[in-house]
Amino acid sequence: MTLELRHVTKSVAGETHIFETDLVLEEGSFNVLLGTTLSGKTTLLQLMAGLDRPSRGEIWFRGQNVTGMAVQKRNVSMVYQQFINYPHLTVYENIASPLKVAGMDRAEIERRVGAVAELLRLKPMLGRKPAELSGGQQQRTAIARALVKDSDLVLLDEPLANLDYKLREELRDELPRLFAGRSCIVVYATTEPTEALLFGGNTATLHEGRITQFGPTGTIYRQPKDLISAQVFSDPPLNVAQVTKQGSRIHLAGGIGFDLGTAAVTLPDGPYTWAIRAHHITPESHPGQPTLDGRVLLAELTGSDSVIHFHLDGGTWISQSHGVHPFDVGAEARLYVDVARSFLFGADGRLMGGSE
Amino acid sequence: MYKQVNQKAWLLVLPVVVLVAFNAIIPLMTVVNYSVQETFGDNVFFWAGVDWFQQILNSPRFHDALLRQLLFSAIILAIEVPLGLIIALAMPRKGIGVSICLILMALPLLIPWNVVGAMWNIFALPEIGLLGKGLNNLGFDYNYTRQPVTAWFTTVLMDVWHWTSLVVLLCYAGLVSIPDDYYRAAKIDGASAWAVFRYIQLPKLKRVLTIAVLLRFMDSFMIYTEVKVLTGGGPGNATTFLSIDLDKMALGQFDLGPAAAMSLIYFLIILLLSWLFYTLMMRNEAQ
Repeated sequence: MTLELRHVTKSVAGETHIFETDLVLEEGSFNVLLGTTLSGKTTLLQLMAGLDRPSRGEIWFRGQNVTGMAVQKRNVSMVYQQFINYPHLTVYENIASPLKVAGMDRAEIERRVGAVAELLRLKPMLGRKPAELSGGQQQRTAIARALVKDSDLVLLDEPLANLDYKLREELRDELPRLFAGRSCIVVYATTEPTEALLFGGNTATLHEGRITQFGPTGTIYRQPKDLISAQVFSDPPLNVAQVTKQGSRIHLAGGIGFDLGTAAVTLPDGPYTWAIRAHHITPESHPGQPTLDGRVLLAELTGSDSVIHFHLDGGTWISQSHGVHPFDVGAEARLYVDVARSFLFGADGRLMGGSE
Repeated sequence: MYKQVNQKAWLLVLPVVVLVAFNAIIPLMTVVNYSVQETFGDNVFFWAGVDWFQQILNSPRFHDALLRQLLFSAIILAIEVPLGLIIALAMPRKGIGVSICLILMALPLLIPWNVVGAMWNIFALPEIGLLGKGLNNLGFDYNYTRQPVTAWFTTVLMDVWHWTSLVVLLCYAGLVSIPDDYYRAAKIDGASAWAVFRYIQLPKLKRVLTIAVLLRFMDSFMIYTEVKVLTGGGPGNATTFLSIDLDKMALGQFDLGPAAAMSLIYFLIILLLSWLFYTLMMRNEAQ
């Protein structure tokens, strides 16, 4: 059982929303669609669901062409960023609604709703209406509705984005458990790289209507195929600099140079784009690591992390480190760069060397 | 720190106080004043107590007008609310059609009320009006200036033409505010068009419909200008609603005392019914 997108494109009123896309999702897999807002995640999900028809190309499911098939016949379920429930039905009736539509007998409905409610810890709320629930419980109800159907394809469109931090963490931890052991294909759209890393599975990085890379999440994170995929998969934003390489050394603007070690020697000399994720530039001293001296523009202390934006030769750089590292705005800061964890991209944006 | 008492602030409130006093409080108190006194002109007043109120409450004329008024409002609500909802559901959600429909819908609301009355007066005249002449040519015996039933028919038709748009616009605004995701979710569930209406659109429109019912009730209960111009309350007293009756009493007969008492009773009835409507609908919501 696979879901296949074959040469699928989608354009609306002459504007291309999804460029030609080929994608194969395997049975029982958890797939993350990672991309910024407006990158085309929702459009892609709607094409997969059958809520939208591709402009060109075909969608195959279980070896069957389902391109024009109505969504009702496809056994798909979807969870949205907004908490979509029937407002005046109880939680029980909400969860039961897809089964009722399918004409299932009452005892079976009761059994299934009970099981899903147990799984999502909604048992005590079954008699309540959505408006009487917290945001987290409302979204649990929506997820329960999606799960109760035993769909072949479950699509989640930024389901945690409207939840506050604590509820988001809680539900985020539970999600993989909910789908464990199910044979359905799960597609989870998000803007947050951390969510992709937490869920594992596969990740497709999406940028301006194109899937730039698809594969096991860890691989894509460690070895992005190109600069755009790396940027999509980095939060805080990736630090990027134009450099010139000579031998094992790269030279940044302003006379700063780093030694990338022997791995870089085999690459031809010349201009490259060098990139490094924020958490490999840290204020903690590491002997042997090269340093950058910059002026602090902004220091965000998020409790467990310190994110420091600093100014260096006309560009803004970002450092992320564990713990609290207070810096005064405008102060000079010395930061240590873990060059072994940096990337080198060619002029066409393709990864030439380096890895996380 | 001492709190500064700044009496000058009163000056800032003064314009509003004067405005409200002149357009609401003073006229209302004048009415109250008239309702408890007898006057024969020349500013000579005699204390009448609650006599006028008793007289009005016991008069068959008032009872008839009140019944007509209640019946009229009931008919108006029964037609305009469902019709407005149906039109709103049928209106397009996207494209150029939206603006065209909205403009068409808004037109009747933009026409001055007495012009609406005059338009329908001429439109429905059996000898020359398009509607009146047309119905007669089709074989219907239609003459709203003589027959109570056709007078009612014309009055109701006029009000439906004039005010259904308001319900349409309110419902349309409510419908447009339902996120697309609800419809997608329903589609995925395999819900029928009826189920979408029953379980998504209707519950989401509840508040808007409450407002529509309240507005249409209050306005239809106070209908005056259009009817005054269209039928003048006739034939006979067939379309003499409370406001028309009040008008006849105050300006036709110059019975200022009873008219003042009647307007206060009228006011209290509207207040009471609106409160009842609101409370009932909101209690429904809470359940």
